[in-house]
Amino acid sequence: MQTSTIVIGILALAALAYQLGRRRSLSLVGGAAGIRNLHSLPSYYGLLTAIWCAFPALAVLAVWHVADQRVIVGAVVSQMSAEVRALPAAERGLLLNDVRNVVEGSVPVAEATPAVQAAAREWRRLDGISRLAGGSFALSIAIIGAILAWRGISPALRARNRVEKIVEINLVLCSMIAILTTLGIVVSVLWEALQFFRLVPLTDFLFGTTWSPQMAIRADQVGSSGAFGAVPLFAGTLLISVIAMGIAVPFGLFSAIYLAEYADRGFRAVAKPLLEVLAGIPTVVYGFFAVLTVGPLLRTLGQHLGLDVSSESALAAGLVMGIMIIPFVSSLADDMITAVPQSLRDGAYALGATRSETIRQVVLPAALPGIVGGVLLAVSRAIGETMIVVMAAGLSAKLTANPLEAVTTVTVQIVTLLVGDNEFNSPKTLSAFALGLVLFVATLLLNIVALQIVRRYREQYE
Amino acid sequence: MSDAIDARARTSQQKVALGLRRRYRAERRFRAYGLTAVSVGLLFVVFLFASIISKGYTAFEQTFIRLDVDYAADVLDPAGTRDPAALADANYLALVHQALRAKFPGVTERAELHKLYGIVSGAAEGTLRERVLGNPRLVGSHETLWLLADDHIDMLVKGNVDRNLPASDRSVDDQELGWIDALSAAGGVAVRFNLKFFTSGDSREPEQAGVRGAVMGSLLTLLVTMVLSFPIGVAAAVYLEEFAPKNRLTDVIEVNINNLAAVPSIVFGLLGLAMFIEFFGLPRSAPLVGGLVLTLMTLPTIIITSRAALKAVPPSIREAAFGMGASPVQTVTHHVLPLAVPGMLTGAIIGMARALGESAPLLMIGMVAFIADVPKSLTDPATVLPVQVYLWASSPERAFVERTSGAIIVLLAFLLVMNGAAVYLRSRFERRW
Repeated sequence: MQTSTIVIGILALAALAYQLGRRRSLSLVGGAAGIRNLHSLPSYYGLLTAIWCAFPALAVLAVWHVADQRVIVGAVVSQMSAEVRALPAAERGLLLNDVRNVVEGSVPVAEATPAVQAAAREWRRLDGISRLAGGSFALSIAIIGAILAWRGISPALRARNRVEKIVEINLVLCSMIAILTTLGIVVSVLWEALQFFRLVPLTDFLFGTTWSPQMAIRADQVGSSGAFGAVPLFAGTLLISVIAMGIAVPFGLFSAIYLAEYADRGFRAVAKPLLEVLAGIPTVVYGFFAVLTVGPLLRTLGQHLGLDVSSESALAAGLVMGIMIIPFVSSLADDMITAVPQSLRDGAYALGATRSETIRQVVLPAALPGIVGGVLLAVSRAIGETMIVVMAAGLSAKLTANPLEAVTTVTVQIVTLLVGDNEFNSPKTLSAFALGLVLFVATLLLNIVALQIVRRYREQYE
Repeated sequence: MSDAIDARARTSQQKVALGLRRRYRAERRFRAYGLTAVSVGLLFVVFLFASIISKGYTAFEQTFIRLDVDYAADVLDPAGTRDPAALADANYLALVHQALRAKFPGVTERAELHKLYGIVSGAAEGTLRERVLGNPRLVGSHETLWLLADDHIDMLVKGNVDRNLPASDRSVDDQELGWIDALSAAGGVAVRFNLKFFTSGDSREPEQAGVRGAVMGSLLTLLVTMVLSFPIGVAAAVYLEEFAPKNRLTDVIEVNINNLAAVPSIVFGLLGLAMFIEFFGLPRSAPLVGGLVLTLMTLPTIIITSRAALKAVPPSIREAAFGMGASPVQTVTHHVLPLAVPGMLTGAIIGMARALGESAPLLMIGMVAFIADVPKSLTDPATVLPVQVYLWASSPERAFVERTSGAIIVLLAFLLVMNGAAVYLRSRFERRW
C-alpha cells in the first residue's frame, strides 16, 4: 500500500466521520427542530469526530514511517552472514547503501552480488509487510477514534470548546517552530563545531593565520595535518564587506534622501519599485554578472592604469555585492527618514534653512539611530552573502588588504568544504560547521543590536 | 548716523546675498548627489538586464545542419527481421558519419574525418534512432533531416567566434570553417528555435543541455515549501497576533522570528545537512529536503507579513463579531482571516519568489550534483534553477555562457510572474479602512 493512498483513505474516513458526527448530534435532539438543545452547532460535533478520526491515525502513520526503516535495516543485517555483521560500521554502511540502491531500483538487480541481491529481496519483503501492517494499523486507529468520538456525542458535550482548544494548541505548536528552528541551528551547528574544537584548539582556529584545510588521507603523507587558522577568512570577509558597504551606504542613503525629500510622487512611484528590483534578483545572477562582466572589466581597466588586477578580485565581488545591498539600505533609510515628524522640518524651514541644510542638520541627525540600525542589518547581510563570493571572490586564503587580489571568505569556505560527498567526521568537514557557528554568532549579534536600535528609534516618534 | 546703519545693512545684506549664493549652490549639489545615486541604481538595473538578455537570448535558438540520411538496411537491419530490439541497438552513428562523408567526399584522412564527424552533435544518433523506431518502414529509404550541430559550430554560426583570430586561438579551425561556409552557401545550415532547451535535462554537451530538469526540481521544491510554510506561517501569525498573551514566551518567540529572518541563508543549509540528512537520514539532493530547508528559511518572512496583514484588519471587525456572541476562534476564522488573506497571499508569494532564487543552502544539501534525468518525485535527486545557473556558470565551455544567461532569463521570467501576481493581488484586494 502506498503511503499517499493511506493518507487519502484516512482523510476520506475523516470526511465520513464528520457527516456521521453531525447527523448523530442532530438525531439525538430530534432533528433540526431541537437544535437549541445542543450545546454547540452540529458542525462542531462533526468536526470533533473528524479530528479524533484523522489526527491520531496520521500521527501513528508518521511515527511508523520514521521507525520502520530502522527496524528493517536491523532485520536485514541480522539475516546477513556473520562476516557481514563483523564488518566495521563504515563498511557495513556502504554495503547497506548498495542494498538500498538495488531496492530503490537505481542500480539494476543483475549488477549486484548475490549476497546483496538476497538482502535486497529480504528488504523488499519486509518493506511490503511493514507498509501493509502500518497502513492497516493507521486505518484501524482512524476507525476506532471515529467510533469512540461518535459514541461520546451527547447534547451536553461542549464540542465547540473542545474543537477550539485543539485549534489553539495547533496554533501554539506552529509558532513554536520558529523557536525550534533556532534551537535546531544552535544544537546542530554547535554540536559539530564542538567536535571540531576537540580536534583543533579554539585559539588555533580563531587566531591562526594559515588556512589550508586539505587533509592527507594517510597519516604518513606530507601535510597530513591541515592548518585551520581562520584569520585570513575573517579578513577576506571583512574586506569584501567594507567594499560592499562603501558602495551601498552612500548610494543607498542618497537615493533614500532624494526619493523621500526631493522626488515628486510620480518619479518616486516609478523609481522606488524599479530600484527594489535589484533586491529581488537572485544572488546567483549577481555572481554570474560579477564573474562575466565586472571581473574582466576591472581587469582591463587595471591594465590601462598599470595595475595588476587578479581575475577573481575582492573588488569585483565587493562592488557587485554593494550594488545588491543598495535597495536594502535605501528602503530602510527611506522608512526612517519618512518617520521623522514634519514639525521638525517645518521648524528648520522657519529659521530660514534650505532644504539640504534641513536634511543634513535636522532630519538626518534625527533619523541617525534608525539608519545606523539599518546599516548594521546590511552589514550582516554582506557577511552572510554566499553566491556572489563563491563565484567571484576565489579560494586563496591570503591575508591581504589589497582589494585587487583574490581573497576568500567564511561562506566560500563553508561551501567548498561541504559540497560533494565528504566523510562527515573529518576535521575538514567539521571545520565548516565551526565557520558556520562563527557566522551565525556574528550575524546574530549584529541583528540583535540593529533590531534593538531600530525598534527603540521607531518608538521614539510614534 | 543713518548712513552708518545703511552701510552696515548693506554689508550684511551683501553677506547674506553672498552666503545665499553659496548655500543655494550647496543645495543644488546635494540634490544632484541624490539624483545621481538614484540614477546609478536605475542604470545598473538596465545594464544588468541588458547584459543578461543580450548574452542569453541566443540560447533559445540552436544551429541545425541539413544532411541527406540514407537509412541503409545493411547497417540497420542486416538480418532483415525489422525486430525493434535489433533496430534499437543498431549503429545509427554510422549513418550520420556516412551522410557527412557523402556531403564532403574529399575528406579521407582519419584525423580529418574525425573532425568532420565532430560538427554534428552526439544527439543526432538518438534523433535517427527515434525516427526509425517510430516508423520502421524508413529502413532502406532516404530522408533529408535537420540535425543538431555541435556547440562549437553553433557558436561559430551565432557569431561568437572571431574569424580574424589566428586559427590556433579559435575553437573552430580553417577546415571546419570551410565546411560550414560551404554548407551554409548551399542553405544547409539554419538557426532554429531551440525546443530542446525546454524539454531536456542537464547534459555535459552544451548543445544538448536544457532546463527542464532544473525547472521540475524547482517546482517540486517550491511545492514542498509552499505546502508547509504557508499554513504553518499563517497559523503562527494568527496565534501571535490574535491569541498570544503578552508574556516572556511570546516576547522570546517574537525576537526569535525577527532574528531568524536575518540569519544568512547558508546557515539554514548547515542545519539541513546536519539535521535532515545526517540525523534523520533523508536522501541527499532531494527536493523534499530542499523544500524543508527553504520552508524554515521562508517561515519568518511569511509570519512577519501575515502578522502585518492581520494587524491591518481594524479592531471594530473583531468587536462586532464578539458583540454577536462569536468565540475568539470563530471571530478569527470567520471574519478576520478572510479579510487578511490577500495580504497574507502577497507575503507568501514574495516569500516563494525568494525561495525560488535561493541557492546557497541547497548547495549544502547536495543539490549541486550533475543530474541528467528530469526528477519525477520528491525523493529523486534533483537540482533547481539557480543552482543550474551556478553549475553552468562554472563550466568552461564557451557555449555554456549563453546557456547560463538563458537559464537566468527563464528564472527571471518566473520571478517576474510571481512578483507580478503579488502586485496584482495587492492592488486588487487592498482595502483602506
